Amino acid sequence: MNPLLLVEDLAVEFKTRLGKFYVPDGVTFSVFEGECVGLVGESGSGKSVTALAIMGLLPKNARVARGRILFDGVDITSGNDHPRGKKMSMVFQNPLNSLNPNMKIGQQLCEVLEENFKMSKEEARKRVIETMTKLGIPEAEKMLERYPFEYSGGMRQRAMIAMAMLCEPKLLIADEPTTALDVTIQAQIMRLFKQLKSSSRTSILFISHDLSVVSQIADRIIVMYAGKICEISPVKQLFEDPLHPYTQGLIASVPDLKKKGSKLRSIEGNVPSLLDPPTGCRFHPRCNKKLEICTQHEPDEVQMKDRIVKCWLYEKAGI
Amino acid sequence: MLRVENLSKEFPVEFDVFGRPVKFLRAVQDVSFTVEENTVFSIVGESGSGKSTIARILCGIHKPTTGSIQFMGTPLKGSGHREIQMVFQDPDSSLDPRKTVLFSIEEGLRIHRIGNKEERRRLVIETLKAVGLTEDVLSKYPHQLSGGQKQRVAIARCLVLKPKLLILDEPTSALDVSVQAQILNLLMELKREFSLTYILITHDLKIVYHLSDYTMVMYLGQIMEMGQTERIIQEPMHPYTKALVAAIPAVGTDNLKDFSLKGEIPSPLNPPKGCPFKTRCDFAFEKCNERPPLTDFRGRKVRCHLYTEV
Repeated sequence: MNPLLLVEDLAVEFKTRLGKFYVPDGVTFSVFEGECVGLVGESGSGKSVTALAIMGLLPKNARVARGRILFDGVDITSGNDHPRGKKMSMVFQNPLNSLNPNMKIGQQLCEVLEENFKMSKEEARKRVIETMTKLGIPEAEKMLERYPFEYSGGMRQRAMIAMAMLCEPKLLIADEPTTALDVTIQAQIMRLFKQLKSSSRTSILFISHDLSVVSQIADRIIVMYAGKICEISPVKQLFEDPLHPYTQGLIASVPDLKKKGSKLRSIEGNVPSLLDPPTGCRFHPRCNKKLEICTQHEPDEVQMKDRIVKCWLYEKAGI
Repeated sequence: MLRVENLSKEFPVEFDVFGRPVKFLRAVQDVSFTVEENTVFSIVGESGSGKSTIARILCGIHKPTTGSIQFMGTPLKGSGHREIQMVFQDPDSSLDPRKTVLFSIEEGLRIHRIGNKEERRRLVIETLKAVGLTEDVLSKYPHQLSGGQKQRVAIARCLVLKPKLLILDEPTSALDVSVQAQILNLLMELKREFSLTYILITHDLKIVYHLSDYTMVMYLGQIMEMGQTERIIQEPMHPYTKALVAAIPAVGTDNLKDFSLKGEIPSPLNPPKGCPFKTRCDFAFEKCNERPPLTDFRGRKVRCHLYTEV
């Protein structure tokens, strides 16, 4: 089966006053139809830039330096004739930054259909109301006439998801969609994503720094660190038997509801600067299992059944 | 150690033509609690619950509208108590970007007129070591440090004044997951070493469970439930606490698929009459239109009519 989205050896170059740097730096992964892939990493891991590159929305000082992005069999790396807004859409972290504060929500949502699909006003309105109701916005007709500031945080995010789903996209990219929300509202939105996943064929690329949020919805998880992929694995195996030392550390550093008061296992040190990334494996300065080779050479991908890991521990073992 | 009684705080939000306030936001309503020495007391709640307002009142940023606070047996008045210090959520906004680490940490000592220049420097270095930093950060500026290091500096800034009570307002929410664990471990070590008492304010029940002894759950300015942390999280009583516990995403399983709480948090400007949670509660019945009292029930306090009947 051909993947819906194929990202191959993608590297994005940033130019800043302090110099050039690459993040992400050579990532390869795919998303299949109807699948939900979680992308996990800390700040500076390159997860959001990867999403922006796929959407063709890189900032001005960045460009795709290497690799290519295939969507539905078409090369979209150049950003010309991009399918965003038609076959691909995105939900951002803070809905207040992505909605126009001067426009009624209804106008903003209808615009998507009128512009991209040349629908008439009435048709668009009907579709918007339908989608909003499906996403749990009560009294959708009334809510259309309101401005973003009149919406609560959870409702705003629902409206954003509605906007993204209006075009019935093949791929939905969600970048930290629940991080700005309260816990009970987060749980509601996660349930909504879950429903979306089961009721439509839309593939979801779900980006988060929070392993526990991603494990609610993803079928497969990609773990990124400092611009590189550490591990790609189906959800269940990732948590039962994390392969990469970074994944192991991440999972262990989340406090859980079983062990109380014990010392948390943390990963020593700090996330490295991308301007001057460590040689060899980028995680080696913080790794508790590092070998001599880790400081000099970057590990290759090791395929283990349906999992991929980039770590010398497994390369050496010759699995 | 700390006894808070009937604390309320109202903010004026609307004024008439003469500038007299006509409408108030009741941020905190009738809150009473005690914090024992050497324990960790958590205040949990979502936005609008009043948890940060309580923290600000305790360190003197806001004046309470009514109520009294006793600290170590004497009433707390005014602001700037050396023995109560606060660690804020985001070190980027709590540290002055134009001042060196040495200046920032030393500032409190200067204000309280402690020691001379050399003594202060020695104290700062001692404190830096306690929070796991070395002398070479002294002359650095915040932008040269990582997020975790900055939060360590923010903690050192409080610690250097030898406080007894530390108020931690979301101390790790601005940090990366791997660094969050480092800071939580550090806080526990410091507590043992300097026999500190913490008031921990957070929305993250996993951290609450991990660190704290007592927990107070708040919703729209009122206490919903209060008691020992372990019992509150393992067998929550109030329907709101139940929902909060059910909303904790677990690592590795999709436990949120059955989460059923409906609706949104009402605006604190216009809270529901009676029980503030009644608009979202599955168990709401007629009586919930009256405000339920905070009742003692099996060793903890609950504000819910379900538990006043029995």
